[in-house]
Amino acid sequence: MPDRPDDFDLYRRMLLIRHFEERVDELYRAARMPGLAHLYIGQEAVAVGVCAALRDDDYITSTHRGHGHCLAKGASVDRMFAELLGKEAGYCRGKGGSMHIADQERGNLGANAIVGGSAGIATGAAMSARRRGSDQVAVCFFGDGALGQGLLYETMNMASLWRLPVIYVCENNLYNEYTHYLETTAGELTARPRAFGIETAEVDGQDVMAVHAAAAAAVERARAGRGPSFLLCHTYRHRGHHVGDVDRSYYRSREEEDSWLRDRDPITLLAGRLTESGTARPDQLEALDEEVRTEVAAGVAFGLEAPFPEPSEVNEDVYA
Amino acid sequence: MSTLSEAAVGLRELTIGQAVNEALAEEMRRDPAVFILGEDVAEAGTPFKVLKGLVEEFGTERVVDTPISEPGFTGIALGAAMTGMRPVVDIMFGDFLTLVMDQVANQAAKVHYMSGGRLKAPMVIRTTLGATRRSAAQHSQSLHAWVSHVPGLKVALPSTPADAKGLLKTAIRDDGPVVVFEDKMMWQLKGPVPVGEHLIPFGVADVKREGRDVTLVATSSMVQAALAAAEILAGEGVEAEVVDPRTTVPLDREALVASAVKTGRCIVVDEGHRSYGVTGEIASAISEGAFYHLDAPVQRMGAMDVPVPFSPVLEDQTVPTPESIAERARALVRGEL
Repeated sequence: MPDRPDDFDLYRRMLLIRHFEERVDELYRAARMPGLAHLYIGQEAVAVGVCAALRDDDYITSTHRGHGHCLAKGASVDRMFAELLGKEAGYCRGKGGSMHIADQERGNLGANAIVGGSAGIATGAAMSARRRGSDQVAVCFFGDGALGQGLLYETMNMASLWRLPVIYVCENNLYNEYTHYLETTAGELTARPRAFGIETAEVDGQDVMAVHAAAAAAVERARAGRGPSFLLCHTYRHRGHHVGDVDRSYYRSREEEDSWLRDRDPITLLAGRLTESGTARPDQLEALDEEVRTEVAAGVAFGLEAPFPEPSEVNEDVYA
Repeated sequence: MSTLSEAAVGLRELTIGQAVNEALAEEMRRDPAVFILGEDVAEAGTPFKVLKGLVEEFGTERVVDTPISEPGFTGIALGAAMTGMRPVVDIMFGDFLTLVMDQVANQAAKVHYMSGGRLKAPMVIRTTLGATRRSAAQHSQSLHAWVSHVPGLKVALPSTPADAKGLLKTAIRDDGPVVVFEDKMMWQLKGPVPVGEHLIPFGVADVKREGRDVTLVATSSMVQAALAAAEILAGEGVEAEVVDPRTTVPLDREALVASAVKTGRCIVVDEGHRSYGVTGEIASAISEGAFYHLDAPVQRMGAMDVPVPFSPVLEDQTVPTPESIAERARALVRGEL
């Protein structure tokens, strides 16, 4: 892990997720993608900032809104699209789809369609790392909705008792599906991990550098054997709960959405910083944008052209 | 009739509890990835003392006491299994499987398939089944049908000390999740157990007693009941064959059908509730495979479809007994069913 990631690279990774998700939305609207997907647009700084603090062999677990985590951990765009389109070349050979992408080579133990369902897996991976004498750490990504699940508290309790190298990254995008988190979450949110004696930090989830700095501190702590951390990232889901959630006026206002998009978009914020500091010129960022668009377009084409699995594969991999 | 490994250098009498303990100790010595976690598994050795002595040999890093958080520690075991370990999870009572069904059915059972075969979850869940312990409705259920219904899980049901050792060792070496049910009333049952390496392949039924007149397919706690019924019947000149599938997943359909073809009569006995359960699956497998060889419809005997009651007068009616099995077999042989 570099001590300080290249800002340009952080920008590129966020842009990759943004363009990836835009194309997912298009594929859905064009009825070219089976099922549906939960877009990560607006939250890119969290996945990118956290994963930039990890090594390839560190573990993550992801959520139903998982494309960003997978890409930030190093998944390839073409195999991601192939999976979303149900193709053999996909990360799960077409058996998982959008909500189950796993990438063992990059330590991604899988997205998960059960809210909070991977809290045990991440914590167990951390336990395993310690049992094996490795200094790997595990990151458990989850949203504010998972704060309603008991599993999270059971595993945080054990992680603290056993000082496991796990980092709980809560992405508070304000909405549990279609319900504001304040309607579902009693008391002070960060008091919950603190009650277990877990090191807890809050960070602006739209500021990728701030997220990275907080994550790097938690990772260092975990690697040094000083136990788990909880990182609360304040962020916003620009789009609906899933691609089909287009009429959102009954649970949030257009003004709210516009203000986050205008003032708090993580990619715009970083672009501004890069140009103001002279790290990058606007034309360089435009060229990068074009490059990323091309990469994503190639991924879409790969996914669309890739063959489906053989029907006979339905019976494979039920038992290891 | 038990399948004994050729590598076995001898036999001696152990209880099922001792056989389980020996299987765990041998596998933990053989493979440092194997570890145990659950409630009161370490110094207490579980409330049933089945794990007694293991923490002294392997330490608290490998025999891990957990909080009373079944979903949490089952999920932690899964994460450990997916990253190079081979955990053995202790779920004290089978009834508590209801608490861990997300981690077992949605997560562990599916991770290999959902990842296109790229992730593996080599973990064992040891738990219990069986009534008649006067433990009432939340500590007496036999829920093996629940997990048998979920593709991706294997399910083992030992009925003898030798099977308990051999099936558990096989379960620990399996690369996927296996749920092993031990009858909480049978840990004290004694029998010959091979010394050392003794593995029983999954999906291989065992004929516990040969007979020509009627087949009693029995699982777990009901194997001893069926053997006792066979003894009663033998005194009346009826030779019952007792076949133990040993694993419900995978199920040795061929062996069950072969026995039913041979005798032409079959009763399936299992301690799960009768409706929508193991007896239904096995009876239909036999009916499909042996239909033209059967003298009568396949009979099913399971636990009554009531929550397990506390009072002995009530509870004892709820599960099949040697007498009730023998009575059904008599009627079947006499052509009354």
